[in-house]
Amino acid sequence: MQTTSETNLSLAEDLQADLPIKRQLFSYGMTAIALLLTALALLPLFSILFSIVQQGLPQLSWQTFTTLPSPTGSVGEPDGFGNAIIGTAVMVGMASLISIPVGIMTAIFLAEFSQGSAIAGFVRFVVTILSGVPSIVVGVFAYGVIVLATKEFSALAGSFALAVVMLPIVVLSTESALLLVPTAQKLASAGLGASRFQTTFRVVLASALPGIMTGILLAIARAAGETAPLIFTALFSTSWFDNLLSPTSSLSVLIYNYISLKVLLKNIIWLGQRLWCCSV
Amino acid sequence: MSDSSELKIDITTPDGAELDRGFTGLVKGFALCTVFLLFWMTWVILGAAIPAIQTFGLGFFLSQDWDVGALIFGALPYGYGTLMTSIIALVIGVPIAIAVALVTSETFLPIWVRSPLAALVELIAAIPSVIIGLWGFFVLIPFIDPVQLWIFKVLGWIPLFGTEPTVGQGSIFVAGVILAIMILPTIATISRDVLIAIPTELRSASRALGSTHWETLFRVVLPTAAPGILGAITLGLGRAMGETMAVTLVIGNSPQFTVSLLNLGATIPSVLANQFAEALDTLHIGALMYLALALFGLTLLVNIAAVMIVKTLEQR
Amino acid sequence: MSYSAPNDSGSLYPDAPAAMRVTNLSFSYGTRLVLEGVTMPITQKHVTAIIGPSGCGKSTFIKSLNRIGELETQVQVKGKVEFFGQDIYSPKVNINRLRRQIGMVFQKPNPFTMSIYDNVAYGVRVSGSLPKRALDEVVESALVGAALWDEVKDYLSKSALGLSGGQQQRLCIARALAIKPKVLLMDEPCSALDPIATRKIEELIHSLRSELTIAIVTHNMQQAARISDYTAFFSTDESQIGQMVEFGTTTQIFKEAIDTRTQDYVEGRFG
Ligand SMILES: Nc1ncnc2c1ncn2[C@@H]1O[C@H](COP(=O)(O)OP(=O)(O)OP(=O)(O)O)[C@@H](O)[C@H]1O
Ligand SMILES: [Mg+2]
Repeated sequence: MQTTSETNLSLAEDLQADLPIKRQLFSYGMTAIALLLTALALLPLFSILFSIVQQGLPQLSWQTFTTLPSPTGSVGEPDGFGNAIIGTAVMVGMASLISIPVGIMTAIFLAEFSQGSAIAGFVRFVVTILSGVPSIVVGVFAYGVIVLATKEFSALAGSFALAVVMLPIVVLSTESALLLVPTAQKLASAGLGASRFQTTFRVVLASALPGIMTGILLAIARAAGETAPLIFTALFSTSWFDNLLSPTSSLSVLIYNYISLKVLLKNIIWLGQRLWCCSV
Repeated sequence: MSDSSELKIDITTPDGAELDRGFTGLVKGFALCTVFLLFWMTWVILGAAIPAIQTFGLGFFLSQDWDVGALIFGALPYGYGTLMTSIIALVIGVPIAIAVALVTSETFLPIWVRSPLAALVELIAAIPSVIIGLWGFFVLIPFIDPVQLWIFKVLGWIPLFGTEPTVGQGSIFVAGVILAIMILPTIATISRDVLIAIPTELRSASRALGSTHWETLFRVVLPTAAPGILGAITLGLGRAMGETMAVTLVIGNSPQFTVSLLNLGATIPSVLANQFAEALDTLHIGALMYLALALFGLTLLVNIAAVMIVKTLEQR
Repeated sequence: MSYSAPNDSGSLYPDAPAAMRVTNLSFSYGTRLVLEGVTMPITQKHVTAIIGPSGCGKSTFIKSLNRIGELETQVQVKGKVEFFGQDIYSPKVNINRLRRQIGMVFQKPNPFTMSIYDNVAYGVRVSGSLPKRALDEVVESALVGAALWDEVKDYLSKSALGLSGGQQQRLCIARALAIKPKVLLMDEPCSALDPIATRKIEELIHSLRSELTIAIVTHNMQQAARISDYTAFFSTDESQIGQMVEFGTTTQIFKEAIDTRTQDYVEGRFG
């Protein structure tokens, strides 16, 4: 009888006692460190957003969208980057025209027509690897294929590079959107006598469409912000877009060139904001 | 028992079969085009690099002279720059990324703070790298310059920090910091997914034995998640090695080789970005192609490693 | 295997012709044999129930009747399945035409993410086009046939996913009926439903029987007894390969089964 009440007493003491001070400190310390590091991680993001808004917003004007960059050193002339906007739009558009159909078809093969075959595994592996190829290497590839062949920097070469950058993004995001369509619906469609072609278009693509669109927008945003594949394929130009076989300016390369020349701090950050807004 | 007599139902007319076969062939064809792209890329870059490979051989990577006029090319400064910036990025970026992954997946903060936090970190990955470079040039460099000067004063006797930093021009170190920022969302987001996928029973079992939250994290959760986090870090490394614009804008672009991290430097991507547009001579182009080939090969290996790590993880 | 042919024991037509006739069917997923030596008819304009313990290959069997199993994995089929005298595994068969003749209702309701109308019209649209008016009529009569028309006639353009589970399942039946199949295969169509919805489906099956040949897999003994004319009992042997143990009229199987395994199972003494 006595022993039990003693045990009860010591048990109660034990339950109410705090953890050893070392273990407590460790817990609080680690939590503090983790939170601090997380705050640190967000610091650059806020700093970037702040600089863009603070420096860029006051510079907004309609004219910058519709005029060419003013010659360096000139004062008071209209200054803008309309040509870069058009250049980016043309090249991203061309790249989409190539990469979206090829990407969606490849994704359909992976998700619907491969039935877990070894070929599909290999294709998926290659696409994953392709998505990890640095965009500058893609630029080098486009340079080797088109610039060296045509002896001319061109919008065509830039579009080709951007298409290669976009392709794996389109494939991987489309495939995951297609895989979200329940097998039960595909079986129901087949059970009603629909061919694979009909099932793919009427059921699978139709219900995966929102997911596919998201993936495509992601790829377009990525391409619009890319610089490395363009600096030595499309190069740059200070005049309006002319034809696919001549050098063409783009927003991202424009920013890069401006900083390279270390001029007009305010304009650039403002450009940055435009580009960032466009691509997010 | 006469089944067939009353009805003869047509189930054999092959209508639509050609369309189906054609469509199957079409998607397969496009899939093979995608695969072909990778081999084409290898072929093109290898082909253009051959003049340089024949001239310089493997010694290319140990030579530090890069003289466009004399057509003498060596890759040491660029290889070193790529290596060091990537290492700095991992050293700084990995602990922060893991902290972010823990904070956004564990219960230190209420859910309505955690999810937006995770979204914000992912947002960093959506900023074009040229914008990050722009910010790095105008905001980060002035901010880090005093830190670099201090490191030089205190640790200047170590060769790694043995040169006086050039104010306002950046350095290998600054490039490493920028890369740390850029690979952080990749590592944090994937690690977070891995952590969230760990079954709750595992945590509960450890908590039931009297471990505190952090003891559970270090002894049970992180070891279980280790392969996945390693895969994430490997992907981050691949991204760091190939990142171009942000690095180019803050590394100073000097072909001079020095060991010091506080000095101006260059990486393989940055020299490609700087010189390709002006390269005219076949050997110069060849040397740049050789560099691109090396970078391509390295990132290929790193990415294959990442895929393998993830695969083994899935099979467990 | 005991094979007791439907005889003169009841009101059933003794010589009712078979819509489908399965002869010595063996089925493998990849290299794994899951069904061996099945021989049985699916009698025209009657309900045939397929019962048996879990994993004995009932779903596999029913999927082999409209060749839908081969969509999911590589499969191997030996033996013969005839549909009104034509071998459905012959290379000449157009699998899509075949499936239009043999409708299927799945265990879980699986409406498309489309409107109610589009769900029912789907089968008609993929097999050719009809003028709008005719299509409307087909949709209405299919929904009436599936006892769903009154509940949904004012919401035809609403998403099918907004219906209750029981309504969704009847929609799936309507969708199958819309292309006027000769045979309807149902794989545990009531297992995801509550008793009232189950009751509705059973009534529906009962009324469809005059027009349609139905094969239904069910785990519910009373259901099999209530709605079917013939019953096939499937089970696995020692090596876990499924086989058909006994086939007969439902009365025979439930009252005077020959095989002891069948007796044990229908009396709930299984395992
Ligand atoms: N797609 C498949 N691939 C490989 N094996 C399968 C596949 N589908 C079913 N099986 C196997 O075939 C056997 C029979 O499965 P089936 O689904 O036909 O059984 P069932 O009688 O319908 O069971 P239940 O009553 O649980 O629905 C099982 O052992 C199952 O594991
Ligand atoms: Mg089943």
